[in-house]
Amino acid sequence: MLIFKLLFLNIWRNKGRSLLTLLGLVVAVLAFGLLLTVVKAWYAGAEQASQARLITRSAISLIFPLPLSYGERIRGTDGVADMTYSRWFGGVYKDTRNFFPQFAVEPESYFRLYPEYRLSDAVRSRFFRDRRSAVVGRRLADQYGFKEGDIVTLRGQIFPGSWEFLIAGIYEGAEESTDTGKMYFHWAYLNEEVKRRGISRDPESVGVFITAIESPGRAAEVALAIDGLFANSAKETLTETEKAFQLGFVAMIETIVVAIRAVSFVVILIIMAVMANTMSMTARERTSEYATLKALGFSPGFVARLVMGESLLLALLGGGIGILLTFPVASAFHAATGTLFKSFMVSPETTWLQLGAAVLTGVVAGLVPALKARRIRIVEGLRAIA
Amino acid sequence: MPIPLSYSFRNLWVRRVTTLLTAMGMSLVVYVFAAVLMLDAGLKKTLVGTGESDNMLVFRQGSVSEVQSSIDGSQANIVAQLPGVAVRGEPLVSRETVVLVNLKKRDSGRPSNLVVRGVGEQGLELRRQVRVVEGRSFRPGSDEVMVGRNAAAQFQGMNIGETVKFGGRVWRVVGVFEAGRSGFDSELWADGDMIRQSFRRVSYSSLVVRLSDPSMAADFAKRVKGDPRLPLEAKPERQFYEDQSETLSRFIQILGLTLTVIFSIGAVIGATITMQSAVATRVAEIGTLRALGFQRRDILLAFLLEAIFLALVGGCIGLALASAMQAFEFSTTNFQSFSELAFGFVLTPEIVVQSLLFSVGMGVAGGMLPALRASRVAIVEALRAA
Repeated sequence: MLIFKLLFLNIWRNKGRSLLTLLGLVVAVLAFGLLLTVVKAWYAGAEQASQARLITRSAISLIFPLPLSYGERIRGTDGVADMTYSRWFGGVYKDTRNFFPQFAVEPESYFRLYPEYRLSDAVRSRFFRDRRSAVVGRRLADQYGFKEGDIVTLRGQIFPGSWEFLIAGIYEGAEESTDTGKMYFHWAYLNEEVKRRGISRDPESVGVFITAIESPGRAAEVALAIDGLFANSAKETLTETEKAFQLGFVAMIETIVVAIRAVSFVVILIIMAVMANTMSMTARERTSEYATLKALGFSPGFVARLVMGESLLLALLGGGIGILLTFPVASAFHAATGTLFKSFMVSPETTWLQLGAAVLTGVVAGLVPALKARRIRIVEGLRAIA
Repeated sequence: MPIPLSYSFRNLWVRRVTTLLTAMGMSLVVYVFAAVLMLDAGLKKTLVGTGESDNMLVFRQGSVSEVQSSIDGSQANIVAQLPGVAVRGEPLVSRETVVLVNLKKRDSGRPSNLVVRGVGEQGLELRRQVRVVEGRSFRPGSDEVMVGRNAAAQFQGMNIGETVKFGGRVWRVVGVFEAGRSGFDSELWADGDMIRQSFRRVSYSSLVVRLSDPSMAADFAKRVKGDPRLPLEAKPERQFYEDQSETLSRFIQILGLTLTVIFSIGAVIGATITMQSAVATRVAEIGTLRALGFQRRDILLAFLLEAIFLALVGGCIGLALASAMQAFEFSTTNFQSFSELAFGFVLTPEIVVQSLLFSVGMGVAGGMLPALRASRVAIVEALRAA
């Protein structure tokens, strides 16, 4: 027990230095945790995505729409339980900076396929009845202050002109991590207007078909069957699971994700350098003290444990505070970035990695000084002046 | 008389290991700081350098990228007849069709969006910066394509003699072009009519217009906007592409600068700890200096300079590491055009100055407290401590 008492007393001997080191550790562990959470948040869309839903898009690229008539043939494919479709609208609200995703959908089937978006019965019936209405997600509503009954005007980037929508209500996510940053309105309304306004953007077309399949095990087979229907036609399709579809988006900015991940390890390297420096200075100053301990009969191992223990104790204290701070800081960060991230939660895995990084820093920083302390010769050590 | 400069940096040399450890921490911070600025500079340089200064790009009002824009044949003819358009036999106008095609990348095998540009007869003439570096240009009316240098490096099947399939047709790669490290380097070019045929398009995406007098750009833009027959907008070609860098550039800046600020806290703490111990071990020496007649502010300055030297060593190492990044190309999806764009790290003189100033700032922040402490040492006590 003596060693623990000594450890606790030792770290407070040079208060300024210990506090600074602790602060550095807290910042580093906090930054490490936040960066890992940012990386995770990029993949959140893909993680929420279902393996039991397939997305069918144009084989050329997403910008090419598919004819609505494909829908019935997809629905008739063996293994398909349900089908809906959506079309990307791409409008801006007031200013180009205010960008959020909007989709034209067939409301009844869409919300049947996505039970994680919850509509109250009142909102549901109002939205389904009124073709010019729209629903917005909770996060989106909170960010822009959209309320039931508001008229929202969007400026179309793909479909030119200004578009007015009546907010029929707000949908909630089934779980905290459900993405509620999107706006949905009637595909029929968009289609009607495209024809009425004479916009040269394929009418009677959709961006993607979404199918629910009977069992996730048949995903590959059903996807091939759907693509087979339209092979060698003018508009070939490409069907993949929703998860693969979402991962495709992440892959597009993979270089940035890789860079963030690399940088999160750099921060640990920085703090290792700082802490190694602290520990070697501390040990150097106490050379004569360690020699005295040895002269009193304490084993070299005890002295080494004393140095290593101090390093570990500091690392654990700093790491612990950093981990605790990660949670409030992450939620503040999420609030500040608006709808940029679909969900932003600190996963248990991240917490474990933070703890691991703190322990590793402590061990690495204490290793060399501990070995040196072990090897101190009593006579020389007693003579040494810090 | 101030304390000689050599006093400050010789002190750093005496404690080489500690100096190096602390400087390493700082160099990593400066490295990240400089790398982020270099990446941003590279992105801007690539997009700003895309296009010619005397070309105007005409597109559908409100479109951010050419893919979103659409212009029909009669509108194109009206634009070609507007005053201000350069004429050489016929008006110098390239009617272009731009689509995105999902192709597999070389390194990851994952699909990403490649810009396919169908250029009009005058398209090549209007882009002086485009040079065929390997093979030859495509023949009009044929299924031949030529690819930009970066696109050739990034995507599969882009070597001369290979074929690539999209839009229901097999295209033959006959040449590789270079466009002065601009956005065109990440594109694939083919004959405009062939592209429209294969994608069953009747309309164009954008028009590139050469002005007879480049200073008339604003007038021309006004004329296009004011013409009731044209729901179009005109911008200088370079500005159009520069505007596309906005979102990605802001993203890189915010992410990068947040990271550097967090990291710099760790590095500043490291510097403070190092300087604190430097002061603590030299109390007697400081007392002597004071007894010799040096003023408090001389001592303050000497220790502050020591911290600044320390930080500059870190800054230089960091800059050296960062300048090595110029050998690498960075490729990611530009959110605004939704397509793959390759760009490099560019080290500009401003970035060198900013990075060095930043490291000096860290040195001052880290050294201020210890230097103040050093300047407050009381002469009598200090001399007794020796």
